[in-house]
Formats: sequence, C-alpha cells, structure tokens
Amino acid sequence: MINDKNSQKIVDIIQNWARKQSIWVLAYGTGCGAIEIPPTMTSRYDAERLGVRGAATPRQADVLLITGYLTTKTLKRVIRVYEQMQDPKYVIGFGSCTINGGMYYDSYNTIKVLDKYLPVDVYINGCMPRPESVLAGFGKLQELIGNGEANGATKYKENLEWYRANQKKIIPNWVMPEYNW
Amino acid sequence: MELLTHILGAIATVILAFVVGMSYGGIVRKITARVHNRIGPPWYQNFIDAFKLYGKTTAIHHGWMQIMGPAFLMVSSVVTLMFIPVLTNGGWFPNLNFEGDLIFLLYLMVFGPLGMALGAGQTGNPNSAIGVTRGLSQMVGFEIPWVMALVALMIQFDTTSITGLMEAQAQSGTWNMFSSPFAFIAAVLAMLGMFRYSPFDIVGAPTELASGPVSENGGKYLFTMMSSGSIFAFVKLTLYVDIFMGGADNLVILLLKTFSIYMIPVLYGIVSPRYRTEQAIRFFWGWPLFFGVLALIYASIF
Repeated sequence: MINDKNSQKIVDIIQNWARKQSIWVLAYGTGCGAIEIPPTMTSRYDAERLGVRGAATPRQADVLLITGYLTTKTLKRVIRVYEQMQDPKYVIGFGSCTINGGMYYDSYNTIKVLDKYLPVDVYINGCMPRPESVLAGFGKLQELIGNGEANGATKYKENLEWYRANQKKIIPNWVMPEYNW
Repeated sequence: MELLTHILGAIATVILAFVVGMSYGGIVRKITARVHNRIGPPWYQNFIDAFKLYGKTTAIHHGWMQIMGPAFLMVSSVVTLMFIPVLTNGGWFPNLNFEGDLIFLLYLMVFGPLGMALGAGQTGNPNSAIGVTRGLSQMVGFEIPWVMALVALMIQFDTTSITGLMEAQAQSGTWNMFSSPFAFIAAVLAMLGMFRYSPFDIVGAPTELASGPVSENGGKYLFTMMSSGSIFAFVKLTLYVDIFMGGADNLVILLLKTFSIYMIPVLYGIVSPRYRTEQAIRFFWGWPLFFGVLALIYASIF
C-alpha cells in the first residue's frame, strides 16, 4: 500500500501543494539585486502573504535566490551553500546578469551564464527587476512546483560531472567538502 | 478501562496542544503582519510550513547528540504537558492526573533547552554555540523572578501542587493575579523572556546569529523543534492560566484566557527592537526581581 504508485502520486500532490504554499528563501546577496528584496518582503509588496519567507541558513531554506552578478570568488561560496541545502531545493536567477552577464558581459571576473554552474529553475529578467516582477517570478516558481516540474536539483544530481567540470574550470583551487544528499 | 481512558486522554491532550500552539503561532504571524501594515500569511500557514518541513529530506548528520537534541525538546514538552491540568475537572483531557508539584515542573521545564544545548553544541556551528550561551544566560535571568513568584505562591497557600493552587482559587473566589498581584507581575515579566519574542529574541536573532541553536537543523529536525515549541507554548500558557487565572472549566474559556495572556509578550514584542544579552539580563535582575522580592515579602506577611 505504501509503495503503491497511485498512493505515492496522491502524497506528491499534497506535498507539492504544501511546498508551493511555503517557500523559504535564502536571499544570497551577491550583487546589487539584493536591494530589491527588502521592499518585496515589507509592507508595500508583502511576499509573506504568498507564504514566501526569509530563511536564515541554507539548511532551512528551499529557494536559493542569486541576486545579480556572481564573481568567480563568490561562485565557490554559492556552490557550497547550494550543496548544503536540503531537497527539494530550487534556484532563482535574479536579474539579467544571471542570464547572459548583463552589463558585466565583458567582465573578466564574473560568470556570465549561471545555468552552467547551478541548475536554475526560474529566471527573473530585468536590471533591476522590480518587486512586481520578483513576485511574478515567485508565482511562476509556485506554478512549477505545483505541477511537479521544478526539478533542477534532480538535474544537478544527474549531470553532476558536467556541472563539476564547469565549476572547476572557474575555480582553480578546489578545496570543498563532499556532501551526501 | 481506566488506563485506556488515560492513554487516549493523553493523546488527545498532545493533539490539542499541537493544534492550539500552531494556530496561535499563525495568528501571531497575522497580527504581526497587521501591525506592520501588511496583509500577512493565513492563520494556518504554520501547519503548511510544518508539513513541508516534514516532507523535506534530512541528510544532515553531525553525530548522535544532534539527533537527540530535538528529541529531548519534544520529550520535555510532552512530559511537561502531561503534568499540567488542562481543564479544572479533567474532562476530556485527564492526562496522567499527577498531583503535580511546581518544583518538579520547574526542573522539567529546563530539561528540554539543556538537551537542545547539547545537540546544538555538536553541530559545530559557531552561531549555535553563541546562541546556546546566550540562551542559558537569558534563562539565568528570567528563572529567578519566575521561581520567586512561584515560591511566593507556595508560601501564601502552603502547597506546592498545581491542583492545590487551583482549588485555593476556587475556594476564595478570586484569581491569584488579584490576591497576590506582585507575584503575577513578576511572573508576567519573566514570561517576556520565556517566550523569546522581541526584545528578548537574543537566542534566535535571525539577522544576527542566523537563527542560533537551530542554524544547522533543517527538514525533520526543524519540524520536531517547531511542533515541540508549539506544544511548549501551550504548556506555559496553560500553566499561567492554572496558577494565576483560576484554571478553565471548558475549552472555550481556556482558549480565551490563554490567548489573552499570550498577547502580553506578543504585543510587547512587535513594537520592540532586540536587546543585547547583558541588557536582557540586567532587565530581569531589575524590576522583575524587585517585584519577586516584593511578592515574597507580601506572601510571608499576609
């Protein structure tokens, strides 16, 4: 009964509903995008009414919010934070910089395409994206979670070699603990 | 048959404490949001959060003590709940009907946080260690006026049992909060620290300590802590209602009384910023201690 496929489906539907109603965000303030998070959370736009809430540590968080450009130096920390998070976990790429480098397209010390290093579930376009678009991004993520389509973490695990190779190209001195998800 | 009733009653009590504690937590989030001029999450948001946390994988392992920490918390909350008379005449929630005495309860109530301190220590996270030391310092602060208030009551009514105190209130017809006001004031001021809302949220301190002792715990650990915290909040509120407000005859009165007394730390917390550790301890060793001494004098003279 417990390993029955149909009952597992029902459990998944209920769990996905709970997951999409309760999104704990680790706002990793990498770039300038972090300045748009306070207005999203406070009284003007109030993300908490959608169940979106800040989490203090990666262990408790569901969503890693990459706010803006990532320098090669911070990438290492971001990877470490991402691997400490517990499944199911999602990544939101915030701003143009995470999509194609944005205004840092020719910079020597930022990464250009975030998706090569971490599996991004939802991109929020703009430079800067306003709180409305941030909320729209969260709404899109909720929709994906509800349909069971936000599976970036599984993609990451399946293609770990590819992601690792890309990461190690950027980070020459790779001294990182191995995590057992 | 009687044993069965007791076991079913105990289970019913735990479920009641869980549901009431979680709902109160959600209502507090809503009230906080309204004070901030926000809409806020629905009142059942805490249930969704708990369910989601339970559904997360938990692949964090720093050693056995870390696993035991949340278990200690849960055990402590449930055991304390068993020794508190929820309704005056037992009713649907007979518990274990222990003629519970307050001194034993005082020991039990610090058992959970101490176990949690051991568990948090093993995670090796510096934030946890700082949080634990802060929590224990704060406990030293608020336990003194709290114990003084309880000792004053024990002297005044010549009993250490909770049911004895409730009977004394029923006989005299006045609540203890009126017949021994200084003890009530000291206990309420100690309660501000006990619930760890602002300005005494120095243990968790999300922006400063990254949630302190729980910083290395996610998923099911956090679910256990969240539910045990909700149960423990209900325990403390029921204890206050029992010893200061004459207990409750039925559930509606219990909810009314607990909610009204819960609003004291909550509303004080919403409008307050956070204290530093030494400020918090100095607060508890100031006016609450003064009222505690006054309560002791009042109890021994009258």
